Amino acid sequence: MVKNIYEYYAKWIREGKLKVNSDWNKDLKIKFTVQDPCQIVRKTFGDPIAEDLRFVVKSVVGEENFVDMVPNRSNNYCCGGGGGFLQSGFKEQRLEYGKLKDAQIKATGADYCIAGCHNCHAQIHELSEHYGGNYPVVHMWTLICLSLGILGPNEREYLGDDLKEVLVFHPETAM
Amino acid sequence: MAEEAIKLGGKKKSIFMDKVKELLPEGGNLNLCLTCGACSSGCPATGLEGMDPRKFLRMAALGMDEEILSSKWTWMCTMCQRCIYVCPMKIDIPQLIFNTRAAWPRDKRPKGILASCDMALRTETRSAMGTTPEDFEFVVNDVVEEYQEAQPEFKDMKAPIDKEGAEFFLNQNSREPVTEPDEMVPLWKILHLVGADWTYGSKGWAGENYCMFLADNDAWKTLASTMAGQADKLGCKTYLNTE
Repeated sequence: MVKNIYEYYAKWIREGKLKVNSDWNKDLKIKFTVQDPCQIVRKTFGDPIAEDLRFVVKSVVGEENFVDMVPNRSNNYCCGGGGGFLQSGFKEQRLEYGKLKDAQIKATGADYCIAGCHNCHAQIHELSEHYGGNYPVVHMWTLICLSLGILGPNEREYLGDDLKEVLVFHPETAM
Repeated sequence: MAEEAIKLGGKKKSIFMDKVKELLPEGGNLNLCLTCGACSSGCPATGLEGMDPRKFLRMAALGMDEEILSSKWTWMCTMCQRCIYVCPMKIDIPQLIFNTRAAWPRDKRPKGILASCDMALRTETRSAMGTTPEDFEFVVNDVVEEYQEAQPEFKDMKAPIDKEGAEFFLNQNSREPVTEPDEMVPLWKILHLVGADWTYGSKGWAGENYCMFLADNDAWKTLASTMAGQADKLGCKTYLNTE
């Protein structure tokens, strides 16, 4: 049986095994949007896993701090990082392809984009720099651990400056 | 009075699209196009190389094999399947693209994808970055020990490799162990907190499969077989994708 971890993140939160909460973001009010990875959502598990993904994100950053892209879920656009595009050598065309994704993200007004796939992460990170949006692109596991208060100083590679110092676990271990 | 209709002579020639149709269930519906353009209007690759999905399919249907088989656009479509999702006839354009890729001579396909595929074929970890089982084991153990010490709340945290009978066989993108090992830690912490029974495999832990993007059928099957085979060998019930 092949599964994706997003389904389990959601299940573990519902079962109370992952006691996440969004208190850390109550006053900060940092806004997040999320990319629906084509491979995980449209091509494999469909809208139910897109719902799980949103449940996890909202549980961690606060419902009022989540802004969805349009279109979204199975109807979302590919970012341009998939299918080998990142390794194909057609960089100029890849960035042109990603213009649509960058525009979608900017339209949400979100400070951060969560990317649940490495290809998406790399591509959207590059789009953020190339088109000047400069929104950080983060993995889900980073935010889950941040909200649990167990994210150490060396596990914050992709967090922006606004979150580098928030709820740091064992700050004395910073390298 | 209208001129006499032009009659096309000769037998219908065999075209590339017909060969692809034979490979796909229901022929991928490749001959059902209504030319509505829903695919192209929502495709981020529309306009690159002067191409779009509807145009590509029409050219294929018209037998313009030379043009579609030489178009670099085939490497700019990510096969994301949004075109199928919005298509009223559910036409499998991504499979047409995949088979177009497969029709390129292997050594003419994009070097970056080719190199990542070949690298993964060289080691049974199937890592596109060529990480060996020994290197992976070293990094994982090194990082887990470091965190057990530095963060005593996690002194019992494990990152097992080849643990027999574990519930979850976890994969990992090569990027973490190779270039940013600290990024593996939040994932391990989550698994530790929920009490998940999980393991990596010394073989087949890598999550990526560039041979599939390369459209090298034998090679991507080799990679996928190693990954699934190791999970089966260890008796893991669930192959868990971490991305």
